[in-house]
Amino acid sequence: MLNRTELITKNYDKLEGQSISEYIASGGYAAAEKALQMPREMLVNEVKAAHIRGRGGAGFDCGVKWGFMPPLESKPHYLIVNADEGEPGTFKDRTIMEQNPHLLIEGCIIGCYAIGAHCCYIYVRHELHMAKSRMWAAIEQAKAKGYLGKHPFGQANPIDIWVHTGAGAYICGEETALLNSLEGRRGEPRLKPPFPAQSGAFGCPTSVNNVETIAAVTLALRMGGDAFSRLSTLHNFNDGGVRLFGVSGHVKRPGIYEAAVGLTLRELVYDLGGGILDDRPMLGVIPGGSSCPILLPSELVDVPSDPRFEPYNGKSVLDLPMGVDTFRAIGTMLGTCCAIVLSDAADPVLACRNLVQFYKHESCGQCTPCREGCGWLDRLLDKIVGGTATLDELNLASEVASNIAGNTICAFGDGAAGPVLAFVQKFRASFEDYIRSGGNKQTRRLAL
Amino acid sequence: MAFSLNSEQAAQLEQIVARYPIKQAACIPALHLCQEANGNWITAEVIQFVAERLELSTAHVSGVVSFYSLLNSKPVGKHQLWVCRTLSCALRGSEAILGHCERRLGIKPGETTPDGNVTLRTAECLASCGTAPMVQLDDKYYENLTIKHLDAILDAICEEPTGTP
Repeated sequence: MLNRTELITKNYDKLEGQSISEYIASGGYAAAEKALQMPREMLVNEVKAAHIRGRGGAGFDCGVKWGFMPPLESKPHYLIVNADEGEPGTFKDRTIMEQNPHLLIEGCIIGCYAIGAHCCYIYVRHELHMAKSRMWAAIEQAKAKGYLGKHPFGQANPIDIWVHTGAGAYICGEETALLNSLEGRRGEPRLKPPFPAQSGAFGCPTSVNNVETIAAVTLALRMGGDAFSRLSTLHNFNDGGVRLFGVSGHVKRPGIYEAAVGLTLRELVYDLGGGILDDRPMLGVIPGGSSCPILLPSELVDVPSDPRFEPYNGKSVLDLPMGVDTFRAIGTMLGTCCAIVLSDAADPVLACRNLVQFYKHESCGQCTPCREGCGWLDRLLDKIVGGTATLDELNLASEVASNIAGNTICAFGDGAAGPVLAFVQKFRASFEDYIRSGGNKQTRRLAL
Repeated sequence: MAFSLNSEQAAQLEQIVARYPIKQAACIPALHLCQEANGNWITAEVIQFVAERLELSTAHVSGVVSFYSLLNSKPVGKHQLWVCRTLSCALRGSEAILGHCERRLGIKPGETTPDGNVTLRTAECLASCGTAPMVQLDDKYYENLTIKHLDAILDAICEEPTGTP
């Protein structure tokens, strides 16, 4: 259901939108002040009631994650904000840092207190220079107001926030790779367990949360967790609140739109995104960043085992509310909730190769199936596009992808395999055309 | 020649180290600082310097440098021009943007113009998908790019425009 909101984006594009005075004038920092007077357990329960599903892609419930943090004993605790936005198609966290930085800072203060952390590092990818400078400025402003430091809001729990930067590696968006990178190492994911809540940054209990997740915590505390959750159409799926929806590719009005959780892909692409360029039919849509298997408009929802899907069964997947569990049930993922749209003039084989090149470049090289497999996929796709591949080699591409998935330390392997498996399965005729015609005899391209 | 920081940069490094419970955590920010101070690339002397200051082995620091694509192990041009090539930008014409850069600069991605002015590189998704196609020139994003807009950007950094073919 389309229900546009302005809780995050109200001051976007305003000249003074990111200043602390503007933020405080619209009720900012009251939630943090209130939170710091609550018992920790009550605060975590409030966040649990908000049903904030992790906005970075995994969709794990924020309050539940915080509940895993051990009681404060000998070791310090850390809050790490994952601002290493780099999933292809995803450009939402950047807008929060650039245009509403104090919403994130307020969330960091609440988060630090909730998990007993004295310190928060915001890991921003190095390329986002404007986001970094806006975050540094916001930290300085909050410090000057007495919201950070030894006695935030006059309370006895010290809280410091620092911006930390990476150096250009997609894999550092994986939470344990991020922790290694924060500690000054190569950004290679860690074996789990131990999970960060037991042993994360500097060997201490740590919670790693996405930028938008932390921003949503502020909103939830402002209106109450349950009220926030109920803004969503998918409250009954424990998927609450509002979130940022992105749309890019072949649409008339690409951009970031804020709406209640439960928007459908059709509403995102046609109502918010303005429809497909040149009013062409849609070839497919990658729902939430490149790692999510592509959906075709002709696919139908078919989840008879769960009564909550009853209103949607038999309808196009474009009419299913976008949620973590709803999209998982139809064989894809909600991911970062930033969709990439392809018109029917686009070539799915070239789109697949473009993504394979991305994963080949970004594989950290630690696990053999991923390091070697992404290279194989890259070479196979080159052969297919070049017209020298055989049908056996097309099948080999699916086989290689299947051998990466599930056989690596982190989810990158699954992310690399998923798009290949989905593209080859759903556009098999296009791939076979390339092979039969000895190269591209079609007129389709990527750009229109 | 041994590498060192001037007093202002050295003070910056002190501040960076103080943010973390262990010195090693300052490794990447320190490398960014030193890379900038060293004309945008990292030499063996820079690695030695960072290793000594942070009490790390040079092998550790070398390993970090080779892992991250924004830490340059080779000299680069005065300007670095990154063209995003990933899917959202590709759907909006990044191939034409890259092709135009190649023709005007007379170089391929990964190469530097003979006068040492510009290094051209392709980038993976720079989180600017809603305003594709885009390029990053040094620290700045240029979004919703057209060839005309791109020409103006290239004119501004090339003293003598080489002209379009």
